[in-house]
Amino acid sequence: MTARLPIPSPCSAGRGRDPCGAWEGEGSVIPRNLALTLPRLRRGPLPLPPGAGEGVARSASSRQWPWHRAALVLCLFALTACERVQHGIQSALDPVGQQAGRIAGLWWLFLAVLAAVYAVVLVLLLVAAIRPRRRRRLPPGPAFRPEEPIERRLTRGLTAWAVGTAAIVLTLTGFSYAVDRDILALGHRAELTIEVTAKQWWWQVRYDDPVPNRSFETANEIRLPVGVPVRVVLKAQDVIHSFWVPNLHGKTDLIPGRVNETVIVADREGRYRGQCAEFCGFQHANMALDVVAMPRDQFEAWRESQLAPAVAPSDERSREGQRVFLTSACVMCHTVRGTTAASRVGPDLTHVAARPSIAAGTLPYSKGNLAGWIADPQRIKPGSQMPVVGLSADQLQSVLAYLDGLK
Amino acid sequence: MSSPCRRSASLAVLAVLALAACDREEREPRGAPVGESGPGAIAQGTLYAGEPSPPDPRRQEYEGNAYHLAQGKQLYVWFNCGTCHANGGGDIGPPLMDDSWIYGDSLENIFATIVQGRPNGMPSFRNKIPETQIWEIAAYVRSMSGQTPTAASPGRNDSLNAKPAEQRTPKAEPKQSTPGGPQVEGRQ
Amino acid sequence: MSARDASRFIRRDGPSLGEAETHARLERTWATPPGLWGWLSSVDHKQVGRRYIVTAFVFFLLAGLLALAMRMQLAGPNQTLLTPDRYNQIFTMHGTTMMFLFAVPVMEAFAIYLVPLMVGTRAIAFPRLNAFSYWVYLAGGVMLWVAFILNVGPDVGWFSYVPLSGPQFSPGKRADFWAQMVTFTEVAALAVAVEIIVTVLKQRAPGMSLNRIPLFVWGQLVTSFMVVFAMPAVMVSSSMLIMDRLIGTHFFNPAEGGDALLWQHLFWFFGHPEVYIIFLPATGFVSSILPTFARRPIFGYTALVLALVATGFLGFGLWVHHMFATGLPHLGNSFYTAASMAIAIPSGIQIFCWLATLWDGRPRFATPLLFVIGFIVIFVLGGLSGIMLASVPIDSQVHDTYFVVAHFHYVLIGGAVFPLFGAIYYWFPKFTGRMLSERAGAWNFGLFFVGFNIAFFPMHILGLIGMPRRVYSYPAGLGWDDLNLLSTAGAVILAAGVLVFLGNVWHSLKHGLVADDNPWGAATLEWATASPPPSFNFVHIPVVTGSNPLWEEADGLPVVSGLRVDQRELLLTSVVDAAPEVREPSPEPSIWPLLSALAVTILFIGSIFTPWAVVWGSIPLAVGLIGWFWPKSAPDTPEPVIE
Repeated sequence: MTARLPIPSPCSAGRGRDPCGAWEGEGSVIPRNLALTLPRLRRGPLPLPPGAGEGVARSASSRQWPWHRAALVLCLFALTACERVQHGIQSALDPVGQQAGRIAGLWWLFLAVLAAVYAVVLVLLLVAAIRPRRRRRLPPGPAFRPEEPIERRLTRGLTAWAVGTAAIVLTLTGFSYAVDRDILALGHRAELTIEVTAKQWWWQVRYDDPVPNRSFETANEIRLPVGVPVRVVLKAQDVIHSFWVPNLHGKTDLIPGRVNETVIVADREGRYRGQCAEFCGFQHANMALDVVAMPRDQFEAWRESQLAPAVAPSDERSREGQRVFLTSACVMCHTVRGTTAASRVGPDLTHVAARPSIAAGTLPYSKGNLAGWIADPQRIKPGSQMPVVGLSADQLQSVLAYLDGLK
Repeated sequence: MSSPCRRSASLAVLAVLALAACDREEREPRGAPVGESGPGAIAQGTLYAGEPSPPDPRRQEYEGNAYHLAQGKQLYVWFNCGTCHANGGGDIGPPLMDDSWIYGDSLENIFATIVQGRPNGMPSFRNKIPETQIWEIAAYVRSMSGQTPTAASPGRNDSLNAKPAEQRTPKAEPKQSTPGGPQVEGRQ
Repeated sequence: MSARDASRFIRRDGPSLGEAETHARLERTWATPPGLWGWLSSVDHKQVGRRYIVTAFVFFLLAGLLALAMRMQLAGPNQTLLTPDRYNQIFTMHGTTMMFLFAVPVMEAFAIYLVPLMVGTRAIAFPRLNAFSYWVYLAGGVMLWVAFILNVGPDVGWFSYVPLSGPQFSPGKRADFWAQMVTFTEVAALAVAVEIIVTVLKQRAPGMSLNRIPLFVWGQLVTSFMVVFAMPAVMVSSSMLIMDRLIGTHFFNPAEGGDALLWQHLFWFFGHPEVYIIFLPATGFVSSILPTFARRPIFGYTALVLALVATGFLGFGLWVHHMFATGLPHLGNSFYTAASMAIAIPSGIQIFCWLATLWDGRPRFATPLLFVIGFIVIFVLGGLSGIMLASVPIDSQVHDTYFVVAHFHYVLIGGAVFPLFGAIYYWFPKFTGRMLSERAGAWNFGLFFVGFNIAFFPMHILGLIGMPRRVYSYPAGLGWDDLNLLSTAGAVILAAGVLVFLGNVWHSLKHGLVADDNPWGAATLEWATASPPPSFNFVHIPVVTGSNPLWEEADGLPVVSGLRVDQRELLLTSVVDAAPEVREPSPEPSIWPLLSALAVTILFIGSIFTPWAVVWGSIPLAVGLIGWFWPKSAPDTPEPVIE
């Protein structure tokens, strides 16, 4: 059960950038490792934002400084942070969609303006604290009466300060409104509708089509054609969750008794990670989903493959696995289209082996991880609704063979 | 009462409270250890010769535990128990919220009923539902007639509520036998 | 008749009664009876205030330990130090304890202790209600922590969103203990708010017109009004939650016509003003400390008061910015964006006035001023990230991420805890008669400041690169590992700073330098009496002629006399000009507040388990209240007229 199998890449190769590399490199994580990963640079020279380059230069020139180690560590942190900002698969600062792009632009604008304001305040504070001239000339005493001309000057300063604050805040509000309207306008031309229902602690995803038998369900993965705005209808079955794919758009809550909507679009191929952002109980931490953006033709091919019922088991082992699946606890919760398994309690498993990850983004898909998950889900996601089924080793191997064939 | 005596008395009260609360509020999602076999053929009181079998050690964990009761309630819905038993009032199957227990009212008996199935329509769920979940369902079934402590029984659901929640259901004292059914004595 | 005999019949303070004799008689009248009984029945605002402060600090330390446990769990990816169940309880207890049992009560505690001294009166208004509020607060806090130790600690977050905290998804009694703790603490907070409002408006020293009230008192007055309007919302919603859970009402059940969002509206209608309820008293600390250590009167008194009042009003118009992700109409959201942005203006004005005071002053960098400078550095950063959160698009990305965790720790620790520590260093000599060590104070500040920034600054980045809040664990490889480790290291340094503080207090209580009445050379009335103050606060009620009485009347304050010395009596003055109006009796110590609080405790805890507790629990409560308000047939002997 601790097999370490090679992980198949479920994604298409991006342009010069491996969308899967970012976190699949961790490999099979059974047993989950507790080692702290050290900062490390993955890909050649990094495109650094302006601020970071200076940090590097400083660290190089201050080798002799007794605290150079600390400085080096700090720079490393800065470096890795910058790198991650550039290459996060779950980062608001690495936008790949127009919505996230507008928001990131707005954020950088706010950051620039507010950082300037902060710098002004700090300079004023520093000047006020160390300003020496008047202090020496004044006689010592408990307190003094402020001088009129200075009070008047300060009052003028206060007025200017208040007006300045108001102006800055108004301007920022204006930009915020503009971006908000912009994003709303982007939402009016969605071409595809997906219905996402959040459940404790996974995502049910339904691709709607006007032709009823061309609708299908999957779980914990959303695939999108690149450049096509997609309307995501958001519902919750139990408690409040929040749908958040930072690279594409901000979050929208899924609330029982309400239907929300958001529109996302991916401008670049790749695989991104979304995660529930509203506390929802035991496994809030492990309620993620994969968003894979692919070229239109590949998307259509994927869609056709998803519409097909499950592949019939081809060898003896898989047939045995199917038999175990259909006669054990599995069948009580899961659907495999094309078989008698049709319960809608847990995720649809018709094409489970074609998904990038299992257990709602908790583990990358691999036969080894799947084995660990089925054998003891309560160790990987304590409190999740998937019970310990108690299959024998032989039964487990058969079920694995069966499920691994469900491409 | 002398002071040390009072202190020990209050300590004792606190300890009892603590134990009760710990048991009632424990959230042990894994349930009983994996691989432990359930009661294959549970002894049903005096129907069989010999001593009644001792209570199952796992009863402690499930009976009166708020988390397991809530899980049981959810599974009752998910596994469509309501198709036959409705919301406890009975339909095709017998009602579960009254005082008559055809095959006994103890947790072990209900567990056995779900595992083994019973004549006239109750299917066997052996191997279909993991044992931990059967214990949870069994514990929940007892709460439907108010057999569990109200502090642990489930409250209302976030859905249309056909009846008062289990915690508001007055306890139906189990009758010892049912006319027409097998003469089985329930064990408290 | 000898002079000594004549003075026996004098019942009021005044020139005819010697200073020592007045002091002795007032002490006899106002002292709390000795012994356990006296301790339990005390209504002295200084004793109650001290108890509040100590209790709140105990809760602060407990919640801090929970924070450390969380940081240990999050130090690396996929840690299994804590189970999700335990982690959820811990983060809920951390937030709940910090907000309900530490931050608000400790600010009220300072108000209870200092406001009567600062406005120059002998006692707080409604002193028995004051004692009652402390016992209720203590009972609520102890109940929550005992529940936590018994594994019934709430595990649904300090905000307890339904349906997660509702009957279906939170089995057992965990969420009920949370909801009832809210009711306890809000009863206490409302009681204190009423006392403070009445004390400030009716008991000020003669001459302390509205434009001469110390800014700390203004802050507490605005805060108290905010408490009166904000707290009922959360009490109502927590009671609705209990009813949903216990007797099956459907306030939050969408299937039967309820609404899950109703909870969020009610909660944040309280929850956002709550932030200002914590922050405004802290601005009061800053406005008290700064003039003393800059050694000049505060610049922009009127502007600061107007900023406080404006913040108080605007604070009620922001709550929806906690709900931008819930899919409310965009036009509505825009209003709350504007309001949230607008509150930056009064805050900016306050910052400018403080900077100007420092700029034009001759600062002495004692520990309280260090904490104030730390406050400005940290709070401004938190305020600026708050402006980002006011924008709907930006908020949609960073809402419920570690960015928000960073933001509100910058605002709450920077904006409230730093001034609070400054305030403790500042008023410790008044509370105890001894100074805290300045050397240890500098270490305390340094560790606290550095540790805080290392712990919380990386969280901004964590949030932006995708780390959501309230996760018990996170996978490796998302770039969150090192920043989390750094943050944990900072938390340890922060904890070391708190340890230095505790050691400093422990040592100084016994061995600190003895403080005189006004060790810092401050200007407000609390420094015009002994350190620590006598039970009756002032031998004679002072008369105020300006905003900085002790600086303006350096040769000694003018006083009024004529209050009785054989009975507890206060001087009531008019609301605007503080002209003397009437003498008013003040209640004697009583055990009934404690007994009533016990009855309330029984009722509240009982109603977690059965609705009948409300019926039967009302009987002991009625007994308690009848005993409390039983009319006294005190022989109100007329004063003999002498001379």
